[in-house]
Amino acid sequence: MNRTTGTRPATPPKTVTPRPARRRGPRRHTHRDLAVLCVLLGLPILLDLALVWGPTLASVALSFTTWDGVGDIHWAGLNNYADLFADYPQFWPAVRNNLLWLAALGLLATPFGLLLAVLIDRGVRFSRLYQSTLYMPVVLSLAVVGFIAQLILSRDQGALNALLGRQDHPVDWLGDPDLNIWMILLAACWRHTGYVMILYLAGLKSVDPELKEAAAIDGANERQAFFRVVLPALRPVNVIVGVITVIEALRAFDIVYAVNKGRNGLELLSVLVTDNIIGEASRIGFGSAIAVVLLLVSLGFIITYLVQELRGEQRR
Amino acid sequence: MVHSPGSGPGGCAHRAARGVTRRSLLRGAAAGAGAVAVPALLTACGSGPGGGVTLGSNASDAVPKRAYADAFAAYEKKSKKDVKVNTVNHENINRYLQGTPDDVFTWFAGYRMQYFARKGLLADISDLWRGFDGFSDAVKKQSTGEDGKQYFVPYYYYPWAVFHRKSVFRTRGYEIPKNFDQYRALARQMQKDGLTPFALGDKEGWPAMGTFDYLDMRANGYDFHIALMRGEKSWTSPQVRQVFDLWRGLLPYHQKGANGRTWQEAAQSLQQKKTGMAVLGLPHPGQQFTVQNRADLDFFPFPEIDPAFGQEAVEAPVDGFLLAKKARNRAGAEDLLRFLATPQAELIYLKSDPNNVAVNSGAGTGSYDALQKKAVRLVSGARQISQFMDRDTRPDFASTVLIQAIQQFIGDPDDIDGLVNGIERQKKQIFAAD
Repeated sequence: MNRTTGTRPATPPKTVTPRPARRRGPRRHTHRDLAVLCVLLGLPILLDLALVWGPTLASVALSFTTWDGVGDIHWAGLNNYADLFADYPQFWPAVRNNLLWLAALGLLATPFGLLLAVLIDRGVRFSRLYQSTLYMPVVLSLAVVGFIAQLILSRDQGALNALLGRQDHPVDWLGDPDLNIWMILLAACWRHTGYVMILYLAGLKSVDPELKEAAAIDGANERQAFFRVVLPALRPVNVIVGVITVIEALRAFDIVYAVNKGRNGLELLSVLVTDNIIGEASRIGFGSAIAVVLLLVSLGFIITYLVQELRGEQRR
Repeated sequence: MVHSPGSGPGGCAHRAARGVTRRSLLRGAAAGAGAVAVPALLTACGSGPGGGVTLGSNASDAVPKRAYADAFAAYEKKSKKDVKVNTVNHENINRYLQGTPDDVFTWFAGYRMQYFARKGLLADISDLWRGFDGFSDAVKKQSTGEDGKQYFVPYYYYPWAVFHRKSVFRTRGYEIPKNFDQYRALARQMQKDGLTPFALGDKEGWPAMGTFDYLDMRANGYDFHIALMRGEKSWTSPQVRQVFDLWRGLLPYHQKGANGRTWQEAAQSLQQKKTGMAVLGLPHPGQQFTVQNRADLDFFPFPEIDPAFGQEAVEAPVDGFLLAKKARNRAGAEDLLRFLATPQAELIYLKSDPNNVAVNSGAGTGSYDALQKKAVRLVSGARQISQFMDRDTRPDFASTVLIQAIQQFIGDPDDIDGLVNGIERQKKQIFAAD
């Protein structure tokens, strides 16, 4: 908008003056602009290259070598991968557990968190109490959740066997490889549910109540109003929750490590990487190969997500 | 604990890597040591003060930590020099030693020390050894690298044996078993008496290794066991299958759910008289027994299986100190090591941690309790001394293959074929990696 002022009475009053057209051709940047660009754009790019791309590419390169962290590096071709797929007994259980983890967080904890958020948002009694109780585990680190799980689930001295009155025939919640992953998933879901709930609560507060009213006037019942109107309106939150769920599932590590170092039924890809690289073992080539597998799995999800997002962007 | 393999932040990896090939490979990675180093970069790195000696200790449990502190305090008082102790997790020893390690650090004797000596990460202390007194030839051998030079200052050791409570054996009239048949018969009798014969907790992955070691040494002899650990014998051989077979026969007498139980819980069950025996090292039940109960704790050597080998081998891991090749204060570090090799220094430690025994024969046994004296007799009568599975073999093999294999065996003892085949395949890859 251009305000007419008393200093230019001759010009006829116009409500909108078009902005002077930009000069065509390449833009000119002053040195200052360039400096700002370098700092604001260049630095993050450099950091990104150094802290993300460098290590990633190094890991990929190292995965084709045998290196123990001390001596020279020898190329091993695809040997690490062949050994990994064929002769490493922990590998496939770890892949399976990672997928289980993803399924449990995505299909159980996330919908449950949404349900709790909706219930609390509708203002059930004591909703503030529920809200804080359910959110409490989120402030704990997963390692701490692991220690709590041990206090409850330990075979001989745990609370659960005592509560169930099974001291004479205790259930080995954490030592039985058919059972322990489910117990740990339960503990992980306990934390994840609160996380998801709080995100959805924030999202629900921002949904315009008029939308719901309009839906009601159009004759939608509550279910329809929720699934057809409210949930689509929550799309940005859905995306965030989805991303967080995938990240949490793929980087799961600390809880199983706290319980039994991720062995005997609790294997995860991240644990195998740690066992081989960070531990005393220093099988860096072999461990890198596992890390590359984890990277590929993650990339699968990242690419799917990006494609979806870009398509959605075009449609809008 | 002393053995537990695993991982934790303990290393500093920000030093430039050595070796041309590696450097060229990683040049593209601006982070220097690549993905591997990033977590380590974030951990604090201990840096020593100018004059004193820095010492990396992995003793984080209260009892040994205080005992070490007493010994170092005695040195500081005597020499008027500082010892700065950094409590570090040594699981990351490779990168710890390549980064900025402390001058002196705690470690274990045997193959697990030799492995790092071969990598060129340890300083040769043969000169110091010429001045040492009171160490037996067997101990010297355990402190010597493959190149014939000494790298290790032994400090204390603790034997593994079959622990039990005197009162339980007395009231029930149990006899100490000498051979494997008597051992099994005793287990059967205990079960009949409503007692779980063997306590076992293998959640950490290493406690059950001691049982394997003894079964193997008794059935196949020390030489076979050591050759197996060094990757020279096949895990699919009939000898190894026999070991797992013998073990499988004993497993029904063990506490159930061993993979979900810590060794502390196992030792407590022995203390509470819920279990009759436990194959453990001296400090393990030692730490779980109260002072009043300690007099009731006793042990006997693992029974004979093959008369050709008798009970001549004893598993007695030696803990001690190493000098890092990158030590900044070498003269000070050597002076400290010279002190730590004396019987006096060992006795100061043992005063606060009576669950071990001094290595130096010059250390008087006057202050020892009955258990320690018995431990000394057991080890001094041994013809061979082994260190422990995860100290007699490569660290990568022990921590990524054997721990998992033994846990798998405890969970499902019937698939011995699949088990030994899996171990052997992985062994070939790991031992071929050098």
